[in-house]
Amino acid sequence: MRDRGRIVTGLAVFVAVALAPVWQAALHGAARRPEPKIVTTAKQCVEPTAAMRRDHMDLLYAWRDTVVRRGQRTYLAADGKTVTMSLTGTCMKCHPNKKEFCDACHNYLAVSPYCWECHIEPKEKS
Amino acid sequence: MRVAWSFLLVVLLAAVAFFGADAGGQALFGVVLPYVAMVVFLVGIAARVLSWARSTVPFRIPTTCGQQRSLPWIKPASLDNPSTGRGAAARVLLEVFAFRSLFRNTRSELRPGGRFTFSPDKWLWAGALAFHYAFLVVFLRHYRFFAEPVPAVVRWIEGLDGFFQVGLPVVYLTDIVLVAALGFLLWRRLEDARLRYLSLHADYFPLALLLGIAVSGVLLRYFVRADVVRVKELAIGLVSLHPAVPQGISPLVFAHIFLVTVLIAYFPFSKLVHMAGVFLSPTRNLANDTRMRRHVNPWNPAIVGHTYAEWEHEFHDKLKASGIPLDEE
Repeated sequence: MRDRGRIVTGLAVFVAVALAPVWQAALHGAARRPEPKIVTTAKQCVEPTAAMRRDHMDLLYAWRDTVVRRGQRTYLAADGKTVTMSLTGTCMKCHPNKKEFCDACHNYLAVSPYCWECHIEPKEKS
Repeated sequence: MRVAWSFLLVVLLAAVAFFGADAGGQALFGVVLPYVAMVVFLVGIAARVLSWARSTVPFRIPTTCGQQRSLPWIKPASLDNPSTGRGAAARVLLEVFAFRSLFRNTRSELRPGGRFTFSPDKWLWAGALAFHYAFLVVFLRHYRFFAEPVPAVVRWIEGLDGFFQVGLPVVYLTDIVLVAALGFLLWRRLEDARLRYLSLHADYFPLALLLGIAVSGVLLRYFVRADVVRVKELAIGLVSLHPAVPQGISPLVFAHIFLVTVLIAYFPFSKLVHMAGVFLSPTRNLANDTRMRRHVNPWNPAIVGHTYAEWEHEFHDKLKASGIPLDEE
């Protein structure tokens, strides 16, 4: 009976915390949608853009396993093209701008891939 | 049967959202219903808690699971029989974080030969703890979709959760624990005939719903991926109150969102409201101090007392005349 004040305080704190993302959005303003910058003139990536956007991690993971475990370096794409499986040699040749390309979406979604724990990060002017 | 109906209902709900979103209902499943559910959730929880706050607690009813404070040389169980507000608060917090009352769970069994036994059963406690903490981590991890920039704490949690760096995207330990714990909690209800008899739709449906959410989430992360950048745009639109539905989000995302929407809206009306109720259980949050402090029932009518001295004074002459000895003299 005499705890009503405390209960209402607790409830108010809960509602405030439950709406945390709303407060954060109000504080930081509208978030911009990341625009990964494409600097290459090539028409298409290894696979179509939509598939790359969604499933590039599968491709990279499969590449890693085939290269490291089976020593094969030639990838046969869905459209019949062959590509050398190499992160630094193939991927980063078209996309040397890691900061503006890879990191744009990864930072937006708080993804921290561990590619660069083994591979050497491309040198970029920051 | 009950369990089958619950699962069927969850599958139906997911299918409604999946095909509904596919047929152009993205704004309904992605914006309108989540907002409605959030309002229902907040208002519903508030109404529940306020109704509890209004309800009468005329006397202290803590469960006393240990020695109460008495003589100074008898050691009191300050957590299991708290005599102070602080002790009661500690008991509630331990209940919230460690589920101490489940830890005391016992299992009663009729053994062959007619012997009835009680034995400690920690499995419910372990399963519940695993589920709740895994769900908490999963819940906090999802904050990355709702905040820009993503707070560092969320990144740390994610890093720890994907500590073993299995696969790509990295497998989260809590995803495995969550599904396993939910599976166990469901199996626990089904395995024992008595527990099966006691379990209702209200018990199976939340489990089925949570399993549906977990499985659709696992599918989305590891197997049939969605364009997460667009998903985050949708989420940010919701929390910044400028909702917009980006094109090209897979319908499975809407099925996942809709199951969560149902969970949120269902919350205040179901047993899940123990999230708020655990703080307000009088058997946990009251200190056992009835023998130290006087608790007056607050809605008692004011009792007009009439002491012996007053009574004697009132009948002074008659008492005197009858020769009855008086205190006054």
